[in-house]
Amino acid sequence: MQIAIRIVLMLLLAVAAAAGARADDLRAGIDGLGKGNFAQVAKGVQQLARSGDLRLVPVFEALGDGALYARKSDGTVFIASEKGSGLALTDALTGAAAGDAPKAGFERIRVNNNLRRAVRTAIGALSLMSPDRAARLQAAKAVFAAPADDSLELVETALASETDAEIRSALEDAKAAALLKSDRSIAEKQGAIERIAARGDRDAMSILSSFRAGADGDLRLGIDRAIGDLQARQAWWDMGQNVWYGVSLGSVLLLAAIGLAITFGVMGIINMAHGEMVMIGAYTTYVVQDVIRASFPQWFDWSLALALPAAFLVAGFAGFLLERGVIRFLYGRPLETLLATWGVSLILQQAIRSIFGPSNREVGNPTWMSGGFDFGGLTLTYNRLWIVVFSLAVFVTLLVLLKHSRFGLQMRAVTQNRRMASSMGIRTPWVDALTFALGSGIAGMAGVALSQIDNVSPNLGQSYIIDSFMVVVFGGVGNLWGTLVGAFSLGIVNKLLEPYAGAVLGKILVLVLIILFIQRRPRGLFALKGRAVEA
Amino acid sequence: MKIRTSIHAAALAGMLAATAFQGAFAQEDTIKIGILHSLSGTMAISETTLKDAMLMLIDEQNKKGGVLGKKLEAVVVDPASDWPLFAEKARDLIEKDKVAAVFGCWTSVSRKSVLPVFEELDNILFYPVQYEGEESQRNVFYTGAAPNQQAIPAVDYLAENEGVERWVLAGTDYVYPRTTNKILEAYLKAKGVAAEDIMINYTPFGHKDWQTIVSDIKKFGSAGKKTAVVSTINGDANVPFYKELGNQGVKAEDIPVVAFSVGEEELAGLDTSPLVGHLAAWNYFQSVDTPANAEFIKTWKAFTKNDKRVTNDPMEAHYIGFNMWVKAVEAAGTTEPDKVIDSIVGVSVPNLSGGYSTMMPNHHITKPVLIGEIQTDGQFETVFETPGLVVGDEWSDYLPDSKDLISDWRKPMSCGNFNVVSGKCGGKGS
Repeated sequence: MQIAIRIVLMLLLAVAAAAGARADDLRAGIDGLGKGNFAQVAKGVQQLARSGDLRLVPVFEALGDGALYARKSDGTVFIASEKGSGLALTDALTGAAAGDAPKAGFERIRVNNNLRRAVRTAIGALSLMSPDRAARLQAAKAVFAAPADDSLELVETALASETDAEIRSALEDAKAAALLKSDRSIAEKQGAIERIAARGDRDAMSILSSFRAGADGDLRLGIDRAIGDLQARQAWWDMGQNVWYGVSLGSVLLLAAIGLAITFGVMGIINMAHGEMVMIGAYTTYVVQDVIRASFPQWFDWSLALALPAAFLVAGFAGFLLERGVIRFLYGRPLETLLATWGVSLILQQAIRSIFGPSNREVGNPTWMSGGFDFGGLTLTYNRLWIVVFSLAVFVTLLVLLKHSRFGLQMRAVTQNRRMASSMGIRTPWVDALTFALGSGIAGMAGVALSQIDNVSPNLGQSYIIDSFMVVVFGGVGNLWGTLVGAFSLGIVNKLLEPYAGAVLGKILVLVLIILFIQRRPRGLFALKGRAVEA
Repeated sequence: MKIRTSIHAAALAGMLAATAFQGAFAQEDTIKIGILHSLSGTMAISETTLKDAMLMLIDEQNKKGGVLGKKLEAVVVDPASDWPLFAEKARDLIEKDKVAAVFGCWTSVSRKSVLPVFEELDNILFYPVQYEGEESQRNVFYTGAAPNQQAIPAVDYLAENEGVERWVLAGTDYVYPRTTNKILEAYLKAKGVAAEDIMINYTPFGHKDWQTIVSDIKKFGSAGKKTAVVSTINGDANVPFYKELGNQGVKAEDIPVVAFSVGEEELAGLDTSPLVGHLAAWNYFQSVDTPANAEFIKTWKAFTKNDKRVTNDPMEAHYIGFNMWVKAVEAAGTTEPDKVIDSIVGVSVPNLSGGYSTMMPNHHITKPVLIGEIQTDGQFETVFETPGLVVGDEWSDYLPDSKDLISDWRKPMSCGNFNVVSGKCGGKGS
């Protein structure tokens, strides 16, 4: 009897203590993260996550971001952010500010990929019951991508109380993924395979193939069938994806070549410094961003909108100087023009190298140009998408300018029959200079766009000059539409060849095709006809 | 014919300069050191930094009183990323400027182009960049990593710590990535990785459009086995590659990329926040926490008068190489290349990661191997370090035609490609 009472008393005590002890346990667990190697910390994270306490989410997030510090004196772990030369501390459990401290007394808890994975899974498991809708959705997706051994129960509990349709669907997917890892019945697993296969995407393929290794009998057959279906479906999307990559490459080629289509195509000047105009545009973007970062950081997302006109003006002015200073003395002497502009390109490269240094400059992507999204089986990245849009916009603007403006009319008049135009009172030297400035300015704007996907270094322009000439010659000299069609067809052909031939051979094949094509049609896709051409 | 005679004459003059006119050296009050790094052209991006690093090291040495009581004088030339020009400039440095040693080259092809010059005029080249191995020359000291000091430990790390079973070997299409990938492929297969779990991909220099390749990598990675990318992508092509990885959402937790040619300098042109966790294998990181390194970084920032300049692995290689040369010259009591070549083997100097590096008889050095993960501030966080120093292995043990070769430049062997099976000097690379 006495023993029984004692046991009951002890149990009561234990229950009472448990409530108080939980916070202590959590704190001890968190402080434990400050000790041991990566594997031990990852284990600590898993153990902590089992408590299911939502207060742990910010701790784990801080750990993943490398913002968790351990105090050297007593091992207490804080969330900290850098403040001047010291740290601003926050209590890990309560989130209350805990004052500032110098860095020397703290050690940052280091993270590696394994640990980051553990953190991601732990946050996923914890946030399944979070009151925040976005966090729950995120969590469901995280569990789907990497289900842990105990995920199934968590997901089922979450499903029982979830009402939002989208999250429910994500949870069902997560449940299916977790089911495959569990020891449930084969029938249930087959249902899970169907559920996952119905997603039809690469994640589905990844999960099914990783499960395939451990499966046997009917299950394995089912998986093989599902994977086969997925692959067949994926093949079509892959084709679409390659075409999109081709369009995207084409837009880059178009941007690089469209300025040249004016200076070379319309005016007939072989301008080897064209690539450097692109580079000047990219460096203008860097300078604009640098000023914005230093003075108006809140406007950073608009930096490209400011950089566009700036790059147009700077590169256009450089082109104007180049025409007035060098090229106008060399009209009608293509070889000298080629050599002179080649020299100018080297001078410009070295000048930029002396001013900005030889190493790459960092040009940031605004948030609306970072990341990507899935569209069916396609992955589209925002920066490429915007560049396609931008290149088409530039093309249309230029076309309108040439066809429907007074300057465009004069420009065409001068290039078609210089003496006649001159007789009609057009100041041909100025039209030449402005046309060249326009071509260069457009190259500068191309530089703004290319700074988003390429290095901003003194060599930036060099790599585009050959491609640009190729596009203009292929498309037909003197024809903007030819440049458009030329750029996109080269881009698409290149990208369709690449998966089969590889990047190196693909490029060679494209060159060979162009040479053959030029043999058949020396004037390119869209040849200009008439007396102006023969002259 | 005429040209050949003049070359012979030049060679003779060079030899005379190196041996007979030794007395003339002693009367000059400076010792000249050649710096052969491109300051213009495509490689300027990487090599200019090394020129600055050498100027700093020479400056520091002069502050300590120079070498053998004489001041050092740097002779800087610009081979302009033009491989034949490297050979020409090297000849100028040795014959006209009578330098005691040359520090330079970056790409393997530039090194190969100057090799005959150094052999013929019998001078010394310190080569500071990680390279593909399969070479050992009497006149060259390789202070960068050989494949076993970088590539193989990195692959081991991924296999053991991240459980990687499927490998993408992606590289730029030239000799360093091709040879390294050949070694890695043989190594992985020896470890039991199936052929279908290895994907090899080459891209042209300065490749910009990575969309197809990144999506291929994603596809390759969705076969249910943990996948990693081993990147020997060179220089400029890295920025668009990493940008595409970030935008297509390839996270380090899912498909880590370990790079052998990406250091602090290359990351300076990038917003690294989408790249956190991707790896690099080097023998030095700027983030290494040792007093020697803190001092080095401080001196570097003061010397360049720029608080944002970063340090990197090839700079450390020059630091080690230069200090080894100083020590060897002091031991030999002369700057005469022949004597220095003999006295430098076995010389140990402190490296910046807290240990000592030693010049081995194969003219490669011992180094620790560090694996680091990219952080948001563009620095690397060391996540793994080999417990001891690794000796540079010039002839890979994993390639069938070089596994029997060793190199030992000490007398009496004095051979860069000794075949231990046939017991003869000569073979591949001779």
